[in-house]
Amino acid sequence: MQNPTILAAGILGTTGASLKRVASLGAGAVVTKSIGVEPKYGHPNPSMLKLECGYINAMGLPNPSYREFLQELDIAKQAGVPVIASIFGASEAEFREAAEGLPGASAYELNVSCPHAKGYGMQIGTDPALVEAVTRAVKGVVDVPVWVKLTPNVTDITAIGRAAQDGGAEAVVAINTVKAMAIDVESGYPILGNINGGLSGPAIKPIAIKCVYDLYEALDIPVIGVGGISSWADAVEFLMAGASAVEIGSAVYDGLDVFASVSMGLSDYLDRKGMKLEDLIGLSHRVVRHEAHKC
Amino acid sequence: MRPINAKILKVIDETPTIKTFRLDTAGRLRGKPGQFVMVWVRGVDEVPMTLSYDDGITVQRVGEATEAMFRLKEGDTLGIRGPYGNGWELVGDNILIVSGGVGSAPLAPLAEKAAAIGVQVTVLAGYRTKEEVHFEARYRKAGKTMIATDDGSYGHKGFVTDLMRDIDLSMYTQIYCCGPEKMMYRVLGILDEHKASERSQFSLQRYIKCGIGVCGSCCIDPDGLRVCRDGPVFRGDTLIGSELGMYARDGSGKKMML
Repeated sequence: MQNPTILAAGILGTTGASLKRVASLGAGAVVTKSIGVEPKYGHPNPSMLKLECGYINAMGLPNPSYREFLQELDIAKQAGVPVIASIFGASEAEFREAAEGLPGASAYELNVSCPHAKGYGMQIGTDPALVEAVTRAVKGVVDVPVWVKLTPNVTDITAIGRAAQDGGAEAVVAINTVKAMAIDVESGYPILGNINGGLSGPAIKPIAIKCVYDLYEALDIPVIGVGGISSWADAVEFLMAGASAVEIGSAVYDGLDVFASVSMGLSDYLDRKGMKLEDLIGLSHRVVRHEAHKC
Repeated sequence: MRPINAKILKVIDETPTIKTFRLDTAGRLRGKPGQFVMVWVRGVDEVPMTLSYDDGITVQRVGEATEAMFRLKEGDTLGIRGPYGNGWELVGDNILIVSGGVGSAPLAPLAEKAAAIGVQVTVLAGYRTKEEVHFEARYRKAGKTMIATDDGSYGHKGFVTDLMRDIDLSMYTQIYCCGPEKMMYRVLGILDEHKASERSQFSLQRYIKCGIGVCGSCCIDPDGLRVCRDGPVFRGDTLIGSELGMYARDGSGKKMML
């Protein structure tokens, strides 16, 4: 990767052309929309809103199935950056089928964390045994890295992270959106068509930082941080918490130049501090240990 | 933003399949022609609609959400998010408007606002049949207007593109088009022949989910431009060689040939 900013799943990832566009505007890698084994039309609208503190969405995993999406993946690969295929399924067999149906991705990101799709996503991702099984199933059919995207909607995210690691994952991605809801005060109607959704954006950054921090302590595999990143300082914070790279999603709302501005700001920061990226990864853990020694 | 609560002030039957809803949004909706709003029929769905007045939308009955809107009466409310998208850019002092069917919705306010500031306006408006003709008075008040119907029941018999053949396209400072996709594709082809595509703007319709440029459902090939955010208005020359007139993606992202 040219830089550690990655387009997050579910953002501008429906077509190969838009993935290419995001790459050309500075993303170091791109993750596709989550793709499954059958076409899905997603939840009724409204499916996404900007709230006072972030964004709430319930897209409902709309996707045309891997059969249709393969052509988009091939176009995205012209971008010249790694293209990670996000896949979802309701079972080991479906995950395996989706992965095999999208050959040629640089890595596979398993969506076991969507908070609002019945039978999918976090219904798998809250059960360590299922996470391990699904990870192992995909590992068995691909020869590139497998990442597992984790949900924060659990008591202990490290238990799920360990399950992914035990299943053979090369990295975990933390976090997916936080379960959320918004109500229209004029009418009492929940605003999202699906009623329930997931929160992203600035509001969830502290939650994500804590999850990344804990996963870095608990796991031997890299952690990729995601949740509320819109500036280089956000990225630095994630790296210090233990992330090896960051994914950026909702912040494309403010501009597609977010990848370039985060990666350039990060590189300026490293120059200013005389540091390398590796020095930053997990820095807070070393600071905390050092302080503990002093006592 | 959360949806603004908009009270329906007036429902106007434009044609048997088209209604206009004038809304009270308490001054919170400041859009310009060509921009759109996300219209939420609570408990049903939310759909994108271009502004046909500063405070109004004009809706053709096509699906569940518009069907539900057709049952609404004065005093009922809708949720409105927006305005979103870029809107038309007014260029020069002599414009041509090429309107097809309910593609009139973003064009009629453009014609009115342009005429109001002294821009010369010419309108070519096509409809399927006489009973689908609407906004004729708005167009005629704004400038010289020629009408075509597919079946010849009113005005010229044939397509609006026939009317384009009879006028000198080189005299217009800008040409604005909205209508069914096949019609827009033909208009773009004619403008391209006359080397006028870079002086034209088209308003596109695609499946829009988030409406705020994040989800990517409405991206068009080959450049990945977002209809909801980079559009819905695009310059004609940026659309040459694009998916316009060829295919569009459905709610799942699957390509549907047009």
